[in-house]
Amino acid sequence: MSFKLFSLLVQASVWTIGISAISIGLGFLIALGLSAALLSGKALYRRPAEFFISFFRGVPLLVQLLLIYNLLPFIGLNVPSIVAAIVGMSLCTAAYQAENLRGGFESVPKGLIEAADMVGFSPRQVFLRIKVPIALRLTFPALVNEAIMILKSSSLVSVVGIVEITRMAQDLASSTYMPIEIFSSAALIYLVICWAVALAGRYGERSLPGAAK
Amino acid sequence: MTLPAISVRSLVKRFGTTTVLQEIDLDVPEGKVSCLIGPSGSGKSTLLRCLAFLEEASEGMITVNGEALGFFENAKGERERLPAGQIRAVRAQIGMVFQQFNLWPHMTALGNVSEALKTVHKVPKAEAEERAMVQLAKVGLANRAGHYPSQLSGGQQQRVAIARALALSPKIMLFDEPTSALDPELTGEVLNVMRELAAEGMTMVVVSHEIGFAATVGHQISFLDQGRLLFTGPPSEIFAKPRHLRLEQFLDTYLDRGASMLA
Ligand SMILES: Nc1ncnc2c1ncn2[C@@H]1O[C@H](COP(=O)(O)OP(=O)(O)OP(=O)(O)O)[C@@H](O)[C@H]1O
Ligand SMILES: [Mg+2]
Repeated sequence: MSFKLFSLLVQASVWTIGISAISIGLGFLIALGLSAALLSGKALYRRPAEFFISFFRGVPLLVQLLLIYNLLPFIGLNVPSIVAAIVGMSLCTAAYQAENLRGGFESVPKGLIEAADMVGFSPRQVFLRIKVPIALRLTFPALVNEAIMILKSSSLVSVVGIVEITRMAQDLASSTYMPIEIFSSAALIYLVICWAVALAGRYGERSLPGAAK
Repeated sequence: MTLPAISVRSLVKRFGTTTVLQEIDLDVPEGKVSCLIGPSGSGKSTLLRCLAFLEEASEGMITVNGEALGFFENAKGERERLPAGQIRAVRAQIGMVFQQFNLWPHMTALGNVSEALKTVHKVPKAEAEERAMVQLAKVGLANRAGHYPSQLSGGQQQRVAIARALALSPKIMLFDEPTSALDPELTGEVLNVMRELAAEGMTMVVVSHEIGFAATVGHQISFLDQGRLLFTGPPSEIFAKPRHLRLEQFLDTYLDRGASMLA
């Protein structure tokens, strides 16, 4: 297989990485809000969050992407397919990350919050200065896992016409008649990316402030 | 007589249907060390947590230097909850030290001690850290300022926790078994810090199984048994001639273990 073909796959991986990274980031922000709603005593906030999560966890990502891709123009939002892809992936990962974060928030030792109450923190300050950083530390490994899942799931955005690694590989395979070489190369590229993320995750976990060495 | 630092009147605390504290009356004298002793499960922690308003009493009143904590009695004689701001203001006079230290693991010792000054009191970072360093030096840990809790021994963590409370200049310090999560050889360093604090005239309420500490440093000892305050008095009375059968039995179990501590 020529260097040219391989470099086309590597170029396509920019889309894979870009879409995954943006989706993980946006998904995280949405998940923060969702997990706060899940933990809220008010059914008004909790119920919609629960519904959101069971929907995005219960419907295949492929179906979600096709639905969003067709739904956005239908409600008058004529956005490029990349936006549909990012919206779909972000919402999906948000649902999973919200469950992680909820677990993380629930595992923050009560005593640490009482210590903050005793020195006069407002509930908002307790949330931002104590609960979020500690929940993040607790859920960090799960977050890295989710990032790897999302990198792999991003192959599905090919259905809305984004030429990321998988789609590029399909196109190349049908035009060159070298499917084995091309799909092995694609597999290798995914493997390297996921391995790098796992490695960075382990390094990140160790360098979190106060991590037990 | 001066106003007590904390005064507890007819305090009752129930968890669901079980009554854990019954009709507690207690005055905590200013500038003195008050110790709460009693068997496990007698309600010592619960009482201390009520004083810190970490637990809300079911009935009764608590005043801190004359100000109502959490609840007040309105003109009709009904118990009414005070607004959160008022609760925070009264609580600001109180520092709390927990059995499990409860240091924030993502902050250094210096961060733990300076955090509330910065976040709550909006003291500029440099000044907050300077003030925090003074407190760390006081508990003998100036050279550990940059360490995270995971890098400190239990005794050091507890001293940082004491410094964290002291940084806000509380008028009253509450201690809930501050040494019972520590290895025996580490209890001394924490008790020494507490002794110094007592010598400076800090008002302290100490729940402790360290009968030796209570006997030598305490000015007032209260004995709690099954949710009732059976006895409050000076250590000489409590330890020399325990007149109450339950207290006598309780002390016996400790004296058996180490009467020499009382020397
Ligand atoms: N949050 C709670 N809910 C229900 N019951 C509780 C709660 N906290 C404490 N109790 C009960 O209240 C009683 C007094 O508990 P407390 O922790 O105050 O005892 P203690 O004197 O501090 O004991 P120890 O010496 O073991 O620390 C116990 O029977 C305990 O089971
Ligand atoms: Mg206790």
